Amino acid sequence: MRLVFEACQKLGVFQLDATFRSDGGVTALFGASGSGKTTIIRILTGLSRPDDGRIIFDDDVIVDTNRGVFVPKHKRRFGIVFQDDRLFPHLSVRQNLNYGRWFASKVKRGDDFGPIVDLLGLNHLLDRRPENLSGGEKQRVAIGRALLSSPRLLLMDEPLAALDDARKAEILPFLEALRDQMKVPIIYVSHSVTEVARLADTVVVLDNGRVTMAGAVADTLNQPAISSAQGRKEAGTVIEGKVARYDREHKLITIGFNSSQFFVSGPEVATGKTVRMYVLARDVMLATAFPQGVSALNVLDGKIIALHSNSDGTVDVHIDCRGTILLSRITSLSCDRLALAAGILVYAIIKSVALESR
Amino acid sequence: MEEWTAIRLSLRIATVAMIASLPLGIAAGLLLARGRFWGKSLLNGLVHLPLILPPVVTGFLLLILFGRRGPIGSFLADHLGIVLSFKWTGAALACAVMGFPLMVRSIRLSVEAVDRGLEEAAATLGASPAWVFITVTLPLILPGIIAGMILSFAKAMGEFGATITFVSNIPGETQTLSSAIHSFTQVPGGDAGAFRLTIISVFISMTALMASEYMAYLVGRKVAAS
Repeated sequence: MRLVFEACQKLGVFQLDATFRSDGGVTALFGASGSGKTTIIRILTGLSRPDDGRIIFDDDVIVDTNRGVFVPKHKRRFGIVFQDDRLFPHLSVRQNLNYGRWFASKVKRGDDFGPIVDLLGLNHLLDRRPENLSGGEKQRVAIGRALLSSPRLLLMDEPLAALDDARKAEILPFLEALRDQMKVPIIYVSHSVTEVARLADTVVVLDNGRVTMAGAVADTLNQPAISSAQGRKEAGTVIEGKVARYDREHKLITIGFNSSQFFVSGPEVATGKTVRMYVLARDVMLATAFPQGVSALNVLDGKIIALHSNSDGTVDVHIDCRGTILLSRITSLSCDRLALAAGILVYAIIKSVALESR
Repeated sequence: MEEWTAIRLSLRIATVAMIASLPLGIAAGLLLARGRFWGKSLLNGLVHLPLILPPVVTGFLLLILFGRRGPIGSFLADHLGIVLSFKWTGAALACAVMGFPLMVRSIRLSVEAVDRGLEEAAATLGASPAWVFITVTLPLILPGIIAGMILSFAKAMGEFGATITFVSNIPGETQTLSSAIHSFTQVPGGDAGAFRLTIISVFISMTALMASEYMAYLVGRKVAAS
Protein backbone atom coordinates (compact mmCIF):
# COMPACT_ATOMS: atom_id res chain seq x y z
CA MET A 1 0.00 0.00 0.00
CA ARG A 2 1.19 3.47 -0.84
CA LEU A 3 -0.65 6.71 -0.21
CA VAL A 4 0.60 10.06 -1.41
CA PHE A 5 -1.16 13.18 -0.17
CA GLU A 6 -0.41 16.70 -1.29
CA ALA A 7 -2.96 19.43 -0.82
CA CYS A 8 -3.46 23.13 -0.35
CA GLN A 9 -6.71 24.56 0.86
CA LYS A 10 -7.70 27.92 2.24
CA LEU A 11 -10.54 28.00 4.76
CA GLY A 12 -11.05 31.52 6.00
CA VAL A 13 -7.84 32.51 7.75
CA PHE A 14 -6.68 28.91 7.99
CA GLN A 15 -4.34 27.70 5.30
CA LEU A 16 -3.59 24.01 4.84
CA ASP A 17 -0.47 23.18 2.90
CA ALA A 18 0.47 19.60 3.70
CA THR A 19 2.32 16.77 2.04
CA PHE A 20 2.83 13.33 3.46
CA ARG A 21 2.93 9.71 2.42
CA SER A 22 2.07 6.45 4.06
CA ASP A 23 3.38 3.00 3.28
CA GLY A 24 0.85 0.96 5.17
CA GLY A 25 0.33 0.07 8.80
CA VAL A 26 -1.00 2.75 11.09
CA THR A 27 -0.06 6.31 10.20
CA ALA A 28 -0.98 8.87 12.83
CA LEU A 29 -1.80 12.45 11.95
CA PHE A 30 -0.82 14.19 15.12
CA GLY A 31 -1.29 17.78 16.19
CA ALA A 32 -3.23 20.19 18.35
CA SER A 33 -6.80 21.17 17.48
CA GLY A 34 -6.85 23.50 14.53
CA SER A 35 -3.67 22.08 13.06
CA GLY A 36 -5.45 20.76 9.99
CA LYS A 37 -5.96 17.08 10.81
CA THR A 38 -9.66 16.98 10.14
CA THR A 39 -9.27 19.09 6.99
CA ILE A 40 -6.87 16.45 5.66
CA ILE A 41 -9.33 13.67 6.49
CA ARG A 42 -12.16 15.52 4.76
CA ILE A 43 -10.04 15.95 1.66
CA LEU A 44 -9.01 12.29 1.75
CA THR A 45 -12.60 11.06 1.98
CA GLY A 46 -13.79 13.49 -0.69
CA LEU A 47 -16.05 15.46 1.64
CA SER A 48 -14.20 18.57 0.61
CA ARG A 49 -12.18 19.50 -2.44
CA PRO A 50 -8.63 20.85 -2.17
CA ASP A 51 -7.88 24.10 -3.99
CA ASP A 52 -4.79 22.45 -5.31
CA GLY A 53 -3.49 18.96 -4.71
CA ARG A 54 -3.00 15.35 -5.50
CA ILE A 55 -3.99 12.10 -3.79
CA ILE A 56 -2.65 8.84 -5.11
CA PHE A 57 -3.53 5.49 -3.60
CA ASP A 58 -1.39 2.64 -4.90
CA ASP A 59 -1.63 3.33 -8.63
CA ASP A 60 -5.05 5.00 -8.50
CA VAL A 61 -5.19 8.73 -8.92
CA ILE A 62 -7.96 9.78 -6.52
CA VAL A 63 -7.53 13.52 -6.84
CA ASP A 64 -5.38 15.56 -9.18
CA THR A 65 -6.50 19.16 -9.49
CA ASN A 66 -4.09 19.81 -12.39
CA ARG A 67 -5.64 17.05 -14.46
CA GLY A 68 -9.18 17.63 -13.20
CA VAL A 69 -9.43 14.23 -11.54
CA PHE A 70 -11.77 13.97 -8.55
CA VAL A 71 -13.14 10.57 -7.61
CA PRO A 72 -16.47 11.16 -5.78
CA LYS A 73 -16.66 10.16 -2.14
CA HIS A 74 -18.84 7.10 -2.63
CA LYS A 75 -16.43 5.57 -5.14
CA ARG A 76 -13.23 5.92 -3.13
CA ARG A 77 -13.73 2.99 -0.81
CA PHE A 78 -12.04 4.85 2.04
CA GLY A 79 -13.83 3.90 5.24
CA ILE A 80 -14.05 6.58 7.89
CA VAL A 81 -14.80 6.60 11.58
CA PHE A 82 -15.84 10.07 12.67
CA GLN A 83 -15.41 11.72 16.07
CA ASP A 84 -19.13 11.39 16.61
CA ASP A 85 -20.42 7.93 15.77
CA ARG A 86 -22.88 9.02 13.03
CA LEU A 87 -24.88 5.81 13.25
CA PHE A 88 -28.14 5.80 11.34
CA PRO A 89 -30.83 6.26 14.00
CA HIS A 90 -33.55 4.64 11.88
CA LEU A 91 -31.62 1.38 11.47
CA SER A 92 -30.72 -1.36 13.93
CA VAL A 93 -27.10 -2.12 14.77
CA ARG A 94 -27.14 -5.05 12.34
CA GLN A 95 -28.56 -2.88 9.56
CA ASN A 96 -26.01 -0.19 10.32
CA LEU A 97 -23.21 -2.74 10.04
CA ASN A 98 -24.60 -4.09 6.78
CA TYR A 99 -25.11 -0.68 5.22
CA GLY A 100 -21.68 -0.34 3.64
CA ARG A 101 -21.46 -4.05 2.94
CA TRP A 102 -24.47 -3.81 0.70
CA PHE A 103 -22.83 -1.16 -1.47
CA ALA A 104 -19.49 -2.94 -1.39
CA SER A 105 -21.08 -6.10 -2.76
CA LYS A 106 -20.75 -4.82 -6.30
CA VAL A 107 -17.01 -4.55 -5.89
CA LYS A 108 -16.11 -7.23 -3.45
CA ARG A 109 -17.67 -8.43 -0.27
CA GLY A 110 -15.50 -10.22 2.18
CA ASP A 111 -17.29 -12.88 4.16
CA ASP A 112 -16.09 -11.19 7.28
CA PHE A 113 -19.27 -10.18 9.10
CA GLY A 114 -18.81 -12.80 11.82
CA PRO A 115 -15.11 -12.20 12.48
CA ILE A 116 -15.45 -8.42 12.61
CA VAL A 117 -18.49 -8.61 14.88
CA ASP A 118 -16.51 -10.94 17.14
CA LEU A 119 -13.42 -8.77 17.04
CA LEU A 120 -15.37 -5.71 18.13
CA GLY A 121 -17.55 -7.62 20.61
CA LEU A 122 -20.82 -6.60 18.99
CA ASN A 123 -22.68 -9.92 19.06
CA HIS A 124 -25.06 -9.02 21.86
CA LEU A 125 -25.83 -5.60 20.36
CA LEU A 126 -26.94 -6.62 16.86
CA ASP A 127 -30.68 -6.22 17.35
CA ARG A 128 -30.52 -3.02 19.34
CA ARG A 129 -31.06 0.49 18.10
CA PRO A 130 -28.24 3.05 18.23
CA GLU A 131 -30.16 5.16 20.76
CA ASN A 132 -29.89 2.30 23.26
CA LEU A 133 -26.11 2.00 23.09
CA SER A 134 -23.47 3.59 25.30
CA GLY A 135 -20.96 5.99 23.76
CA GLY A 136 -18.28 3.33 23.60
CA GLU A 137 -20.59 0.76 22.05
CA LYS A 138 -21.73 3.26 19.43
CA GLN A 139 -18.17 3.98 18.45
CA ARG A 140 -17.40 0.25 18.16
CA VAL A 141 -20.41 -0.18 15.87
CA ALA A 142 -19.20 2.78 13.80
CA ILE A 143 -15.77 1.14 13.49
CA GLY A 144 -17.39 -2.15 12.47
CA ARG A 145 -19.60 -0.42 9.94
CA ALA A 146 -16.60 1.26 8.32
CA LEU A 147 -14.61 -2.00 8.27
CA LEU A 148 -17.46 -3.99 6.75
CA SER A 149 -17.67 -1.66 3.77
CA SER A 150 -14.43 -3.39 2.65
CA PRO A 151 -12.37 -0.21 2.62
CA ARG A 152 -8.96 -0.02 0.98
CA LEU A 153 -7.96 2.47 3.64
CA LEU A 154 -9.50 3.16 7.03
CA LEU A 155 -9.52 6.74 8.25
CA MET A 156 -10.14 7.40 11.92
CA ASP A 157 -10.77 11.00 12.88
CA GLU A 158 -10.16 11.15 16.64
CA PRO A 159 -12.48 8.21 17.24
CA LEU A 160 -11.94 8.44 20.99
CA ALA A 161 -12.10 12.21 21.41
CA ALA A 162 -15.77 12.30 22.38
CA LEU A 163 -15.41 9.55 24.99
CA ASP A 164 -14.41 9.73 28.64
CA ASP A 165 -11.28 8.02 29.92
CA ALA A 166 -13.08 4.84 30.94
CA ARG A 167 -14.68 4.48 27.48
CA LYS A 168 -11.31 5.19 25.86
CA ALA A 169 -9.73 2.42 27.86
CA GLU A 170 -12.60 0.17 26.75
CA ILE A 171 -12.08 0.84 23.04
CA LEU A 172 -8.28 0.98 22.77
CA PRO A 173 -7.85 -2.81 23.02
CA PHE A 174 -10.33 -3.22 20.15
CA LEU A 175 -8.34 -0.79 18.05
CA GLU A 176 -5.15 -2.71 18.81
CA ALA A 177 -6.81 -5.98 17.84
CA LEU A 178 -8.06 -4.38 14.66
CA ARG A 179 -4.58 -3.12 13.80
CA ASP A 180 -3.04 -6.54 14.41
CA GLN A 181 -5.71 -8.72 12.78
CA MET A 182 -7.14 -6.74 9.90
CA LYS A 183 -4.92 -6.04 6.96
CA VAL A 184 -6.39 -2.58 6.31
CA PRO A 185 -3.98 0.34 6.38
CA ILE A 186 -5.13 3.00 8.82
CA ILE A 187 -4.76 6.76 9.01
CA TYR A 188 -5.34 7.63 12.66
CA VAL A 189 -5.97 11.23 13.63
CA SER A 190 -5.29 12.18 17.20
CA HIS A 191 -4.03 14.92 19.45
CA SER A 192 -3.26 12.41 22.18
CA VAL A 193 0.33 11.29 22.34
CA THR A 194 -0.58 8.21 24.37
CA GLU A 195 -3.00 6.99 21.69
CA VAL A 196 -0.45 7.62 18.98
CA ALA A 197 2.32 5.92 20.95
CA ARG A 198 0.08 2.96 21.53
CA LEU A 199 -1.35 2.46 18.06
CA ALA A 200 0.74 4.03 15.35
CA ASP A 201 3.77 2.87 13.37
CA THR A 202 4.59 6.19 11.80
CA VAL A 203 3.51 9.66 12.71
CA VAL A 204 2.99 12.86 10.74
CA VAL A 205 3.13 15.91 12.99
CA LEU A 206 0.98 18.85 11.93
CA ASP A 207 1.13 22.40 13.12
CA ASN A 208 -0.98 25.24 11.79
CA GLY A 209 -1.74 23.49 8.52
CA ARG A 210 1.79 22.33 7.82
CA VAL A 211 3.70 19.11 8.33
CA THR A 212 6.50 19.86 10.75
CA MET A 213 7.86 16.36 11.23
CA ALA A 214 7.24 12.84 10.03
CA GLY A 215 8.78 9.47 10.76
CA ALA A 216 8.74 6.46 13.06
CA VAL A 217 6.77 6.98 16.25
CA ALA A 218 9.60 6.60 18.79
CA ASP A 219 11.93 8.94 16.91
CA THR A 220 9.35 11.61 16.27
CA LEU A 221 7.39 11.78 19.51
CA ASN A 222 10.52 12.08 21.67
CA GLN A 223 11.67 15.26 19.99
CA PRO A 224 11.65 17.86 22.79
CA ALA A 225 9.49 20.17 20.68
CA ILE A 226 6.74 17.52 20.61
CA SER A 227 7.06 15.91 24.00
CA SER A 228 7.04 19.23 25.84
CA ALA A 229 4.13 20.61 23.89
CA GLN A 230 1.83 18.03 25.40
CA GLY A 231 -0.68 18.92 28.03
CA ARG A 232 -0.14 18.48 31.72
CA LYS A 233 -1.39 14.90 31.86
CA GLU A 234 0.01 13.42 28.71
CA ALA A 235 3.61 14.51 28.12
CA GLY A 236 6.05 11.65 28.13
CA THR A 237 8.55 9.45 26.37
CA VAL A 238 8.10 6.56 23.97
CA ILE A 239 10.61 3.76 24.50
CA GLU A 240 10.92 0.77 22.24
CA GLY A 241 12.70 -2.34 23.43
CA LYS A 242 12.90 -6.11 23.23
CA VAL A 243 11.73 -8.54 25.87
CA ALA A 244 14.82 -10.09 27.39
CA ARG A 245 13.40 -12.32 30.16
CA TYR A 246 10.23 -13.19 31.98
CA ASP A 247 10.29 -13.97 35.68
CA ARG A 248 7.27 -16.22 36.30
CA GLU A 249 7.53 -16.08 40.06
CA HIS A 250 7.28 -12.28 40.22
CA LYS A 251 5.40 -11.91 36.94
CA LEU A 252 8.08 -9.49 35.87
CA ILE A 253 9.09 -8.69 32.30
CA THR A 254 12.63 -7.49 31.65
CA ILE A 255 12.89 -5.27 28.61
CA GLY A 256 16.20 -4.28 27.10
CA PHE A 257 16.65 -1.07 25.15
CA ASN A 258 19.85 0.64 24.11
CA SER A 259 22.12 -0.51 26.95
CA SER A 260 19.55 -0.11 29.71
CA GLN A 261 16.88 -2.37 31.13
CA PHE A 262 13.33 -1.83 32.20
CA PHE A 263 11.24 -3.96 34.53
CA VAL A 264 7.51 -4.12 33.99
CA SER A 265 5.09 -6.38 35.78
CA GLY A 266 2.36 -8.07 33.83
CA PRO A 267 1.33 -11.23 32.00
CA GLU A 268 3.96 -13.23 30.15
CA VAL A 269 5.29 -11.83 26.88
CA ALA A 270 7.36 -13.95 24.50
CA THR A 271 11.11 -13.35 24.77
CA GLY A 272 12.49 -11.40 21.84
CA LYS A 273 9.25 -9.61 21.13
CA THR A 274 9.50 -5.91 20.39
CA VAL A 275 7.42 -3.85 22.78
CA ARG A 276 6.72 -0.18 23.12
CA MET A 277 6.42 1.61 26.42
CA TYR A 278 5.11 5.01 27.24
CA VAL A 279 6.57 6.75 30.24
CA LEU A 280 4.54 9.73 31.39
CA ALA A 281 6.69 12.72 32.33
CA ARG A 282 4.79 13.17 35.59
CA ASP A 283 5.71 9.58 36.55
CA VAL A 284 9.44 10.33 36.41
CA MET A 285 11.09 11.60 39.61
CA LEU A 286 14.60 12.94 39.70
CA ALA A 287 17.36 12.46 42.28
CA THR A 288 20.86 13.87 42.31
CA ALA A 289 22.22 10.89 44.25
CA PHE A 290 21.52 7.21 43.64
CA PRO A 291 18.33 6.57 45.56
CA GLN A 292 18.50 3.96 48.33
CA GLY A 293 15.57 1.99 49.65
CA VAL A 294 12.95 2.97 47.10
CA SER A 295 10.28 0.63 45.79
CA ALA A 296 10.60 1.76 42.19
CA LEU A 297 12.40 -0.85 40.11
CA ASN A 298 13.37 1.38 37.28
CA VAL A 299 16.12 3.84 38.01
CA LEU A 300 18.07 5.19 35.07
CA ASP A 301 21.08 7.43 35.22
CA GLY A 302 21.57 10.19 32.71
CA LYS A 303 22.69 13.67 31.99
CA ILE A 304 20.37 16.66 31.81
CA ILE A 305 20.43 18.11 28.33
CA ALA A 306 17.74 20.74 28.54
CA LEU A 307 15.26 22.40 30.89
CA HIS A 308 12.02 24.09 29.81
CA SER A 309 9.89 26.09 32.22
CA ASN A 310 6.15 25.78 31.71
CA SER A 311 3.65 28.51 32.47
CA ASP A 312 1.94 26.41 35.16
CA GLY A 313 4.98 26.31 37.49
CA THR A 314 6.38 23.01 36.25
CA VAL A 315 9.69 22.37 34.57
CA ASP A 316 10.30 19.83 31.82
CA VAL A 317 13.67 18.17 32.20
CA HIS A 318 15.09 16.33 29.23
CA ILE A 319 17.57 13.67 30.30
CA ASP A 320 19.85 11.73 28.02
CA CYS A 321 19.85 8.20 29.46
CA ARG A 322 22.44 6.46 27.33
CA GLY A 323 20.86 7.53 24.09
CA THR A 324 17.24 7.63 25.11
CA ILE A 325 15.87 11.08 25.79
CA LEU A 326 13.64 10.77 28.83
CA LEU A 327 11.24 13.51 29.80
CA SER A 328 10.54 14.35 33.42
CA ARG A 329 8.08 16.97 34.58
CA ILE A 330 8.77 18.33 38.07
CA THR A 331 7.80 21.45 39.97
CA SER A 332 9.99 24.50 39.63
CA LEU A 333 10.50 24.42 43.41
CA SER A 334 12.06 20.95 43.23
CA CYS A 335 14.12 22.09 40.30
CA ASP A 336 15.53 25.00 42.30
CA ARG A 337 16.13 22.90 45.44
CA LEU A 338 18.09 20.32 43.49
CA ALA A 339 19.85 23.07 41.54
CA LEU A 340 19.24 21.26 38.30
CA ALA A 341 20.97 22.56 35.22
CA ALA A 342 22.08 21.26 31.87
CA GLY A 343 25.01 18.89 32.12
CA ILE A 344 24.28 17.64 35.64
CA LEU A 345 24.11 13.88 36.24
CA VAL A 346 20.78 12.73 37.69
CA TYR A 347 18.93 9.54 38.46
CA ALA A 348 15.48 9.20 36.96
CA ILE A 349 13.12 7.14 39.10
CA ILE A 350 10.23 5.83 37.08
CA LYS A 351 7.13 5.14 39.13
CA SER A 352 5.19 3.27 36.51
CA VAL A 353 5.43 2.27 32.92
CA ALA A 354 2.60 1.64 30.53
CA LEU A 355 3.51 -1.31 28.35
CA GLU A 356 1.93 -1.37 24.92
CA SER A 357 2.27 -4.82 23.43
CA ARG A 358 3.06 -4.72 19.75
CA MET B 1 -78.53 11.21 0.02
CA GLU B 2 -77.10 14.58 -0.84
CA GLU B 3 -74.99 14.74 2.35
CA TRP B 4 -73.17 11.50 1.58
CA THR B 5 -72.35 12.71 -1.90
CA ALA B 6 -70.77 15.80 -0.41
CA ILE B 7 -68.81 13.75 2.13
CA ARG B 8 -67.54 11.27 -0.46
CA LEU B 9 -66.60 14.11 -2.77
CA SER B 10 -64.78 15.97 0.00
CA LEU B 11 -62.77 12.87 0.92
CA ARG B 12 -61.90 12.22 -2.71
CA ILE B 13 -60.89 15.84 -3.37
CA ALA B 14 -58.79 16.01 -0.20
CA THR B 15 -57.04 12.71 -0.93
CA VAL B 16 -56.26 13.60 -4.53
CA ALA B 17 -55.10 17.07 -3.53
CA MET B 18 -52.80 15.62 -0.87
CA ILE B 19 -51.27 12.88 -3.03
CA ALA B 20 -50.89 15.01 -6.15
CA SER B 21 -49.10 17.79 -4.30
CA LEU B 22 -46.79 15.42 -2.35
CA PRO B 23 -43.95 15.02 -4.93
CA LEU B 24 -43.94 18.77 -5.54
CA GLY B 25 -44.11 19.40 -1.82
CA ILE B 26 -41.06 17.21 -1.14
CA ALA B 27 -39.16 18.84 -4.00
CA ALA B 28 -40.03 22.34 -2.78
CA GLY B 29 -39.19 21.43 0.83
CA LEU B 30 -35.77 20.09 -0.19
CA LEU B 31 -35.11 23.04 -2.46
CA LEU B 32 -35.99 25.60 0.19
CA ALA B 33 -34.05 23.79 2.93
CA ARG B 34 -30.92 22.94 0.98
CA GLY B 35 -30.90 24.86 -2.27
CA ARG B 36 -28.72 27.86 -2.90
CA PHE B 37 -29.96 29.61 -5.98
CA TRP B 38 -31.03 32.95 -7.28
CA GLY B 39 -34.66 33.69 -6.51
CA LYS B 40 -34.93 31.40 -3.51
CA SER B 41 -36.79 34.00 -1.46
CA LEU B 42 -39.09 34.57 -4.43
CA LEU B 43 -39.93 30.85 -4.53
CA ASN B 44 -40.41 30.90 -0.78
CA GLY B 45 -42.81 33.81 -1.09
CA LEU B 46 -44.71 32.16 -3.91
CA VAL B 47 -45.13 28.92 -1.96
CA HIS B 48 -46.40 30.78 1.09
CA LEU B 49 -48.65 33.19 -0.82
CA PRO B 50 -51.88 31.12 -0.42
CA LEU B 51 -51.33 31.21 3.33
CA ILE B 52 -51.51 35.00 3.54
CA LEU B 53 -53.78 35.91 0.63
CA PRO B 54 -57.53 35.90 1.29
CA PRO B 55 -58.77 32.51 0.00
CA VAL B 56 -61.18 34.30 -2.32
CA VAL B 57 -58.24 36.05 -3.98
CA THR B 58 -56.45 32.72 -4.46
CA GLY B 59 -59.62 31.24 -5.93
CA PHE B 60 -60.02 34.21 -8.25
CA LEU B 61 -56.38 33.96 -9.39
CA LEU B 62 -56.93 30.27 -10.09
CA LEU B 63 -60.03 31.16 -12.07
CA ILE B 64 -58.05 33.67 -14.13
CA LEU B 65 -55.15 31.25 -14.74
CA PHE B 66 -56.95 27.90 -14.98
CA GLY B 67 -60.39 28.97 -16.24
CA ARG B 68 -61.48 27.97 -19.75
CA ARG B 69 -60.10 31.19 -21.20
CA GLY B 70 -57.16 31.52 -18.82
CA PRO B 71 -53.64 31.07 -20.22
CA ILE B 72 -53.03 27.73 -18.48
CA GLY B 73 -56.64 26.56 -18.53
CA SER B 74 -57.04 27.05 -22.28
CA PHE B 75 -53.76 25.25 -22.94
CA LEU B 76 -54.79 22.27 -20.79
CA ALA B 77 -58.23 22.14 -22.44
CA ASP B 78 -56.96 22.48 -26.04
CA HIS B 79 -53.94 20.19 -25.86
CA LEU B 80 -54.62 17.69 -23.10
CA GLY B 81 -58.38 17.79 -22.86
CA ILE B 82 -58.24 18.60 -19.17
CA VAL B 83 -60.88 20.98 -17.89
CA LEU B 84 -60.54 22.17 -14.31
CA SER B 85 -63.08 24.95 -13.91
CA PHE B 86 -66.36 23.86 -12.34
CA LYS B 87 -65.10 20.27 -12.05
CA TRP B 88 -64.13 18.31 -8.92
CA THR B 89 -60.53 18.20 -10.25
CA GLY B 90 -60.54 21.97 -10.09
CA ALA B 91 -61.66 21.76 -6.47
CA ALA B 92 -58.73 19.39 -5.86
CA LEU B 93 -56.37 21.91 -7.45
CA ALA B 94 -57.72 24.71 -5.26
CA CYS B 95 -57.35 22.53 -2.14
CA ALA B 96 -53.84 21.46 -3.15
CA VAL B 97 -52.75 25.06 -3.64
CA MET B 98 -54.24 26.10 -0.31
CA GLY B 99 -52.62 23.22 1.57
CA PHE B 100 -49.26 23.46 -0.22
CA PRO B 101 -47.58 26.02 2.10
CA LEU B 102 -48.47 23.89 5.14
CA MET B 103 -47.06 20.75 3.53
CA VAL B 104 -43.86 22.44 2.32
CA ARG B 105 -43.26 24.11 5.67
CA SER B 106 -43.49 20.82 7.53
CA ILE B 107 -41.20 18.99 5.08
CA ARG B 108 -38.75 21.86 4.97
CA LEU B 109 -38.38 21.91 8.76
CA SER B 110 -37.76 18.15 8.86
CA VAL B 111 -35.14 18.42 6.09
CA GLU B 112 -33.39 21.18 8.00
CA ALA B 113 -33.32 18.95 11.07
CA VAL B 114 -31.50 16.12 9.25
CA ASP B 115 -27.90 15.75 10.38
CA ARG B 116 -25.82 16.21 7.22
CA GLY B 117 -23.13 14.15 8.90
CA LEU B 118 -25.28 11.05 8.51
CA GLU B 119 -25.51 11.67 4.77
CA GLU B 120 -21.75 12.14 4.61
CA ALA B 121 -21.26 8.88 6.48
CA ALA B 122 -23.58 7.07 4.05
CA ALA B 123 -21.65 8.43 1.08
CA THR B 124 -18.30 7.29 2.48
CA LEU B 125 -19.82 3.84 2.92
CA GLY B 126 -20.36 3.68 -0.83
CA ALA B 127 -23.87 5.08 -1.31
CA SER B 128 -24.38 7.26 -4.39
CA PRO B 129 -26.34 10.52 -3.88
CA ALA B 130 -29.60 8.87 -4.99
CA TRP B 131 -29.12 5.98 -2.55
CA VAL B 132 -28.21 8.39 0.23
CA PHE B 133 -31.52 10.15 -0.36
CA ILE B 134 -33.56 6.94 -0.43
CA THR B 135 -31.89 5.14 2.47
CA VAL B 136 -31.02 8.01 4.82
CA THR B 137 -32.66 11.35 4.02
CA LEU B 138 -36.12 10.05 3.14
CA PRO B 139 -36.55 7.82 6.22
CA LEU B 140 -35.33 10.64 8.47
CA ILE B 141 -37.76 13.21 7.05
CA LEU B 142 -40.68 10.75 6.98
CA PRO B 143 -42.31 12.18 10.13
CA GLY B 144 -42.24 15.62 8.53
CA ILE B 145 -43.67 14.27 5.29
CA ILE B 146 -46.50 12.52 7.13
CA ALA B 147 -47.26 15.60 9.18
CA GLY B 148 -47.25 17.67 6.00
CA MET B 149 -49.63 15.24 4.29
CA ILE B 150 -52.04 15.36 7.23
CA LEU B 151 -51.96 19.15 7.33
CA SER B 152 -52.61 19.30 3.61
CA PHE B 153 -55.49 16.81 3.94
CA ALA B 154 -57.01 18.71 6.86
CA LYS B 155 -56.72 22.00 5.01
CA ALA B 156 -58.42 20.42 1.96
CA MET B 157 -61.27 19.07 4.09
CA GLY B 158 -61.95 22.53 5.44
CA GLU B 159 -61.16 24.62 2.37
CA PHE B 160 -64.07 26.81 1.32
CA GLY B 161 -63.19 30.24 -0.05
CA ALA B 162 -60.84 29.36 -2.88
CA THR B 163 -62.87 26.32 -3.89
CA ILE B 164 -66.21 28.11 -4.12
CA THR B 165 -64.63 31.01 -6.01
CA PHE B 166 -62.83 28.77 -8.51
CA VAL B 167 -65.30 25.94 -9.10
CA SER B 168 -68.52 27.22 -7.53
CA ASN B 169 -70.88 25.04 -5.52
CA ILE B 170 -72.39 22.40 -7.81
CA PRO B 171 -73.99 19.48 -5.95
CA GLY B 172 -72.40 16.18 -6.98
CA GLU B 173 -69.50 17.86 -8.79
CA THR B 174 -67.90 20.57 -6.68
CA GLN B 175 -70.07 20.74 -3.57
CA THR B 176 -67.74 19.74 -0.75
CA LEU B 177 -68.63 19.27 2.89
CA SER B 178 -67.93 22.92 3.67
CA SER B 179 -69.91 24.27 0.74
CA ALA B 180 -72.78 21.86 1.53
CA ILE B 181 -72.93 23.22 5.10
CA HIS B 182 -72.85 26.72 3.69
CA SER B 183 -75.74 25.86 1.34
CA PHE B 184 -77.79 24.43 4.21
CA THR B 185 -77.36 27.60 6.23
CA GLN B 186 -78.64 29.66 3.30
CA VAL B 187 -82.06 27.96 3.17
CA PRO B 188 -84.82 28.12 5.79
CA GLY B 189 -84.93 24.96 7.94
CA GLY B 190 -81.50 23.86 6.79
CA ASP B 191 -80.09 23.93 10.34
CA ALA B 192 -80.66 20.21 10.92
CA GLY B 193 -78.78 19.24 7.75
CA ALA B 194 -75.97 21.66 8.55
CA PHE B 195 -75.73 20.19 12.03
CA ARG B 196 -75.55 16.61 10.73
CA LEU B 197 -72.73 17.55 8.38
CA THR B 198 -70.99 19.46 11.13
CA ILE B 199 -70.91 16.36 13.35
CA ILE B 200 -69.60 14.26 10.46
CA SER B 201 -66.98 16.91 9.74
CA VAL B 202 -65.81 16.90 13.36
CA PHE B 203 -65.67 13.10 13.30
CA ILE B 204 -63.59 12.97 10.10
CA SER B 205 -61.19 15.63 11.36
CA MET B 206 -60.71 13.87 14.70
CA THR B 207 -60.10 10.52 12.96
CA ALA B 208 -57.53 12.06 10.61
CA LEU B 209 -55.80 13.77 13.51
CA MET B 210 -55.61 10.59 15.58
CA ALA B 211 -54.43 8.54 12.61
CA SER B 212 -51.67 11.06 12.03
CA GLU B 213 -50.68 11.05 15.70
CA TYR B 214 -50.45 7.27 15.61
CA MET B 215 -48.41 7.24 12.42
CA ALA B 216 -46.10 9.91 13.78
CA TYR B 217 -45.70 7.76 16.89
CA LEU B 218 -44.79 4.68 14.83
CA VAL B 219 -42.31 6.58 12.70
CA GLY B 220 -41.03 8.59 15.63
CA ARG B 221 -40.12 5.41 17.46
CA LYS B 222 -37.90 4.46 14.52
CA VAL B 223 -36.17 7.80 14.17
CA ALA B 224 -36.26 8.88 17.78
CA ALA B 225 -32.54 9.22 18.30
CA SER B 226 -32.07 11.72 15.50
